Amino acid sequence: MSASVPATLVRVLGASVRLGNVTALRRVSLAVNRGDVIALVGANGSGKTTLLRLLHGLVDAGGARRLDDPGAVQAMVFQRPFMLNMTVWNNLRLALWLARRRVPRAEAAQRAYEALQRVGLLESRDRPARVLSGGEQQRFALARAWAVRPDLLLLDEPTANLDPSAKKEVEALLHGFAADGMTLVMSTHNLGQAKRLATRVIYLDHGEIRLDAPTARFFGASADDRARLFLKGELPWALE
Amino acid sequence: MRTVARRRIATLLIGLAAGFGASAAGAQERFITMASTTSTEQSGLFPHLLPAFKKASGIDVHVVAVGTGQALDIGRRGDADVLFVHDQAAEEKFVAEGFGLKRSPVMYNDFVIVGPNSDPAGARGKDVVAALQKIAASKSSFVSRGDRSGTHAAELRYWKAAGIDAPDAKDPARRFDYKACGCGMGPALNIGSSTDAYVLTDRGTWLNFRNRGNLAILVEGDTRLFNQYGVIVVNPARHPHVKAALAQAFADWVVSADGQAAIAAYKVGGEQLFFPDAKP
Amino acid sequence: MNEFAQSARSALDLIVHADAALVRTVALSLAVSGTACACAAAFGLIGGAWLAVARFRALPILILLLNTLLALPSVVVGLAVYLLLSRSGPLGAWGILFTPAAMVIAQTILVLPVVAALARQLVADAMVEGGDPLRSMGAGPLVSALLMLAHERWAVVTLLLTAFGRAISEVGAVMIVGGNIEGVTRVMTTAIALETSKGDLPLALALGLVLLGVVAVLNVGIAVIQRGRFMAPLIEAR
Repeated sequence: MSASVPATLVRVLGASVRLGNVTALRRVSLAVNRGDVIALVGANGSGKTTLLRLLHGLVDAGGARRLDDPGAVQAMVFQRPFMLNMTVWNNLRLALWLARRRVPRAEAAQRAYEALQRVGLLESRDRPARVLSGGEQQRFALARAWAVRPDLLLLDEPTANLDPSAKKEVEALLHGFAADGMTLVMSTHNLGQAKRLATRVIYLDHGEIRLDAPTARFFGASADDRARLFLKGELPWALE
Repeated sequence: MRTVARRRIATLLIGLAAGFGASAAGAQERFITMASTTSTEQSGLFPHLLPAFKKASGIDVHVVAVGTGQALDIGRRGDADVLFVHDQAAEEKFVAEGFGLKRSPVMYNDFVIVGPNSDPAGARGKDVVAALQKIAASKSSFVSRGDRSGTHAAELRYWKAAGIDAPDAKDPARRFDYKACGCGMGPALNIGSSTDAYVLTDRGTWLNFRNRGNLAILVEGDTRLFNQYGVIVVNPARHPHVKAALAQAFADWVVSADGQAAIAAYKVGGEQLFFPDAKP
Repeated sequence: MNEFAQSARSALDLIVHADAALVRTVALSLAVSGTACACAAAFGLIGGAWLAVARFRALPILILLLNTLLALPSVVVGLAVYLLLSRSGPLGAWGILFTPAAMVIAQTILVLPVVAALARQLVADAMVEGGDPLRSMGAGPLVSALLMLAHERWAVVTLLLTAFGRAISEVGAVMIVGGNIEGVTRVMTTAIALETSKGDLPLALALGLVLLGVVAVLNVGIAVIQRGRFMAPLIEAR
């Protein structure tokens, strides 16, 4: 009998998260299904980053997070990619070493090579990682994540600080990952990006999920007033 | 990678420790540790005397120079093999308590009182007791080592002989400017020369002292100023690790004709500092 | 002012003539303090890094204690180690009192809090940015902390130079546990103290300048290495 692969990767049920004095998330429930490409939208401070970190297991929500598929591998790309003070190649090899239980030593060099090739950073492999441009750093972060072949990739505003051409490159890579079957959850301010890449859009407002709908429905007739206002740009981008 | 690196570091550290340990243990090296006094070291006697002993016996002498009180304490703890100090009463007590084998007189030098050239107290002369009385009476400044050294012990004896309990005087009217620094002879002389004060010092340290300021020898020649040195081997019965045989070789040599001649031969500026007086 | 000029000239003289005893004394200073720093680094860097990521109730007290030990007087350390290593003390059987080994031990104890406290702060600061990403990649707390040390290696170099400075400049500890034995445990600082107490102040000052000169050369060497590693990527980035 073949083991069936769970359709849901991770879910949260009624999760509330306090950060200091602020309630970042309020009774949030969502299930991330295999093959989803989810865009999290909402004003600054609405809880997008906290939700991503919660899904990744970096934040404690008192058991509200459940891994439906414990074997699924997760990776996360943070808003500013963190790179150690060494070459691009060594940074990548380090990441692979940290994942050594899943990536056998013999394969590591091969994986690193392929990852850099895929994102177009092969010629930069011996440069110090810290001198890469913003776009290159973001592509490196994607290479680092892809090298461990995650089932689920979480991204926090991956194109926020990039110029238009770098943005295009990153979107193309993400599109490629999704096409390969990777599940993506990414936060973004760019509604066009959400429309282009996502299969499902979730709108967060003051720590609550106001709308969770497939892309077409989200951008069509919106069920939520605030969501409609947000889309029209009439709500401020940042919460006071 | 991690374990290999850790192992290499451990090997390096052990190697360093072994290297230091080897130089420390010196089981192959013949040396003894001698606790002596700062005034003896500063007189310059050891660089003259010890090479002669090494030549005769092949034994190195490591000198730890501290105050007499501390030297005797080092002996009591067994951290030295032989003592070479100048406080007869304390030395005899040391032997009586079983920490040392036998006290043998070796040599004497003398103390002098130095003071400002202008001599405000009128202390100049040959009488140490009279000098101290004049210093006290004139409320002049006096610097004491105050460190339980042989020199300090001698100084207190002279004050007592002069009938002045200055160091402990409770009555401010009877006190004069007495500074006890708790320091060695050199630092005490430094203070004396900076403040134009009187200081009791051994002649050896004074002859080698460079920072004299206005100070000069004012009182000398009183037989009470003679300062007797003794050598004591630390008792191996108390501290079995003590190198008793080698230490005894030193004690025997320094009272022998050769050792005594070497002592007499040591001169500073043409002047003999130490006068051998070992009993044959 | 004249004394300083005279001493500066004497210092140059001493260096040029490279008297055997002086060379030996300088070499011993470097060896003792260098070894002490290496030992303190081995334990202090890892200990400090661990403290930055550890989670347990008594942690704040431990950090308070560590920061207090930064002000440990060298003479107190010397006295404590002397009592430990004395033949009448608990470790007397080792027989290393009045040897360079005892001096290394005393200076290691003195310098260890410096290394640990600074390493802890360094790692804690670096973990603000790097903690989550490393955790995300599968690094445990201690591995993350050690990676931060490697990441901030030039800060670590400065840290170790600070520790070395503290070690090579102290006189209280090495005087007591070493005994300032000529040719065996006499280092630059104890030699300076001796010449001062003999009243030969110009010579003492000159020796002090020689010591500073040696440390300056060391720092120049490190700066050259740093420049090579540091400037290359910055030049390339243009």
